[in-house]
Amino acid sequence: MTPELGNFALALACCLAAGQAVLPLVGAQRRDPRLMALAPALAIGQLMALLYSFACLVDAAIRDDFSVQNVAANSAAAKPLLYKITGVWGNHEGSILLWALILGLCGGAVALFGRTLPSALRARVIAVLGGVSAGFQLFCLTTSNPFDRVWPAPMDGQGMNPLLQDPGLAFHPPILYTGYVGFAVPFAFAIAALIEGRVDAAWGRWVRPWAVAAWCFLTCGIALGSWWSYYVLGWGGYWFWDPVENASLIPWLTGTALVHSAIVVEKREALKIWTVLLAIGTFSFSLSGTFLVRSGILNSVHAFANDPARGVFILGLLGLVIGGSLLLFALRAPRLTAGGVFAPVSREGLLVLNNILLCSICAVVLTGTMYPPFMSLLFGRTISVGKPFFDATAAPMAIPLMAFMGLGPMMPWKRAQLWPILRRLWWAGAATVLAFAVLVWRVHDLLPLLAATGAVWVIAGSIADIAERIRLFRLPLGASWQRARMLPRAALGAALAHAGVGVGVLGLAAMSQAQHRIVEVHVGQTEMLAGDAWTLTGVRAAPGPNYTALVATIEVRHHGRLVTVLHPAKRTFASQNQTTTEVAIHTNLLSDLYGVLGDRHENGTDVTYVLRLHYNPLAPWMWLGGLIMALGGALSLSDRRMRVGAPRRAATAGLAATP
Amino acid sequence: MTRKSRRLWLVGGCLVGLGTATALTLSAFSSNIVFFMAPSQVHAHPPAADRTIRLGGMVVAGSVRQSKTGDTPVNQFDVTDGQDAVTVRYEGILPDLFREGQSVVAVGSLQADGAFRASEVLAKHDETYMPKEVAEALRRSGKWDPRYGKPPDAASWNSMAASGTGPDKAAPQHGS
Repeated sequence: MTPELGNFALALACCLAAGQAVLPLVGAQRRDPRLMALAPALAIGQLMALLYSFACLVDAAIRDDFSVQNVAANSAAAKPLLYKITGVWGNHEGSILLWALILGLCGGAVALFGRTLPSALRARVIAVLGGVSAGFQLFCLTTSNPFDRVWPAPMDGQGMNPLLQDPGLAFHPPILYTGYVGFAVPFAFAIAALIEGRVDAAWGRWVRPWAVAAWCFLTCGIALGSWWSYYVLGWGGYWFWDPVENASLIPWLTGTALVHSAIVVEKREALKIWTVLLAIGTFSFSLSGTFLVRSGILNSVHAFANDPARGVFILGLLGLVIGGSLLLFALRAPRLTAGGVFAPVSREGLLVLNNILLCSICAVVLTGTMYPPFMSLLFGRTISVGKPFFDATAAPMAIPLMAFMGLGPMMPWKRAQLWPILRRLWWAGAATVLAFAVLVWRVHDLLPLLAATGAVWVIAGSIADIAERIRLFRLPLGASWQRARMLPRAALGAALAHAGVGVGVLGLAAMSQAQHRIVEVHVGQTEMLAGDAWTLTGVRAAPGPNYTALVATIEVRHHGRLVTVLHPAKRTFASQNQTTTEVAIHTNLLSDLYGVLGDRHENGTDVTYVLRLHYNPLAPWMWLGGLIMALGGALSLSDRRMRVGAPRRAATAGLAATP
Repeated sequence: MTRKSRRLWLVGGCLVGLGTATALTLSAFSSNIVFFMAPSQVHAHPPAADRTIRLGGMVVAGSVRQSKTGDTPVNQFDVTDGQDAVTVRYEGILPDLFREGQSVVAVGSLQADGAFRASEVLAKHDETYMPKEVAEALRRSGKWDPRYGKPPDAASWNSMAASGTGPDKAAPQHGS
């Protein structure tokens, strides 16, 4: 009965969303306050229905209701409870429902937190969100309904892919999806602004917190996904330039550009049309990301659906959303008043440069991702574009980006003189030159060398920015502390996020110097790697809840002193006839010792084990950098100016009302 | 600075950014594209020795052998598309989902002795899922028609392929 209630709730949510898409829009057009007031009510109602529907699916999974096809295909009675819950979104149908739920949450959030918005704008934003919601829920109901029943119900489910039974992956999709879907709110703001025909500084201020919030989640999601592949897949790799990974990187790049260009709209009322286009583009890329993953158009290790009917539906939905919004943009954008053009050497000038570089990188990644499927579609040639391509294209463009990143926050608005800024940054420059001089002896590849130098420059630049703002060492320390406490959190957040980029890039650059060895050893044998002695001291069998494991013990010694004992394992899941590798990682935050247990070879009485040993310098910094970036974003979100909706539009309305 | 020259700066900046992106992309495309080849294609048109390709097909059942050079384990197996087979050598740990009789993609280059030296071996997350490119290669070689259900188990058509043989031996042709 519960699954039917869930199905009904989903259908109800879809109807509410359809109403939410139409009624407030009509209301805003006719200036009818009653119709406009329906928007938040419908959004909350839709959210409630979706929450109930999702709870029903979770309930079916927890209670092992194998008459529900989705549960039967992806769960099993012996699965641990945590994975029964997280397994709900570990498959196509459930993940689409989660997607719809998060979109509903976004609509609810605008309804709750957007009270200070002008009622017409709020009604239109909620209406656009409702339209997208309705489309996705219809997709869920018609082509991938998670509540479908199966008869006769099987005794036990088929079980979940053991690779996905991992706490990291359990929470990766919700965070990543929140990032993807969160960009629906800036998108809705952009569409609403196009319908109204008006973008001003207040709009920039309203849209920015939503973009920053989505960006934080997306950053976290990408970092978490990368961490997952590092410690689960057991190749020591962290980013494979896989189409699915690129599908999350592309909206991240345009989203980063959006977060920055919205500042220019807010402060200088310039770049308005461009920002609207970025908001549309970012959400379009997020949607295409889902499409690429779910339809299996792009071959990928992550694809778990290859159903053409779904592909056609999603393609139609994409065409409608992206095509429709771009058409609206083409029709309405000329009516928006163009902003001022400004000096190249100024804060806004550098922010434009940031946008140009980020979008160029995005274009390169997009080309590299889309070229193979198009070649195969048009010419029937199967090709692939991998790490060497992206290393040769995206990385060189990231280096000038970092060079300007150090300068940007120090630049004043409007018009700036380069020389005084460089003079204030002298010690950051000196630190960078010093770092370069040290690194040039150690690192012999050009790209990691430049990247690491750039990273030092970025970190030093953000420290210099804060030091400059609080007049460190030029005022007494007490006065500096006082200034630091008064500093707007947005400034602190920006500096933190920039420093996070530096930390992450340092990790990436250091990982190019990683060392690894693959060895086949007897128990008791010692191998050397990166100055450490790795000894396999024993291998034993250990049972688990739904698997059996082979666990190795590796002692790592540095000059005879015991550093750590690693326990890499190999698990065999009987129900799926599949084995997974459990990597053992010892980290001291400066480097990772990473051990993998491979095959067991038996040759008469001679038993040997294959081991893969890695020494990964600064590996944790890659994800730490992502986390710091997201924290920076969160810190700037907590700024009073971001939270308090700026009811300033009324003051400027007199000027801007004449289109 | 006049409005016009400021606009010129803006347009110039955009052009430089996109121009660099295009130039980098084109130069990378000329050297870094990896073609997918099935074993029969490798024998028909052997790629240059330093050229990285993706070799895809099914792992011939019973062809996996392990050996050791020094302390480094070397895996050797045959990959077939039903027409022909190529011997792959790989130093490293085979992925968890690697199975005899299942699809695999090996990234690497052809050596002078006709063997394929892989730097990376990929097996898919899901054991029921066949890489699209491998399925396509099997379809082209006439070993599998998607209209008649799932792809065949490689073990069942070992006899069709020249398993474990050198590249010069002609494979027996089986149409379907």
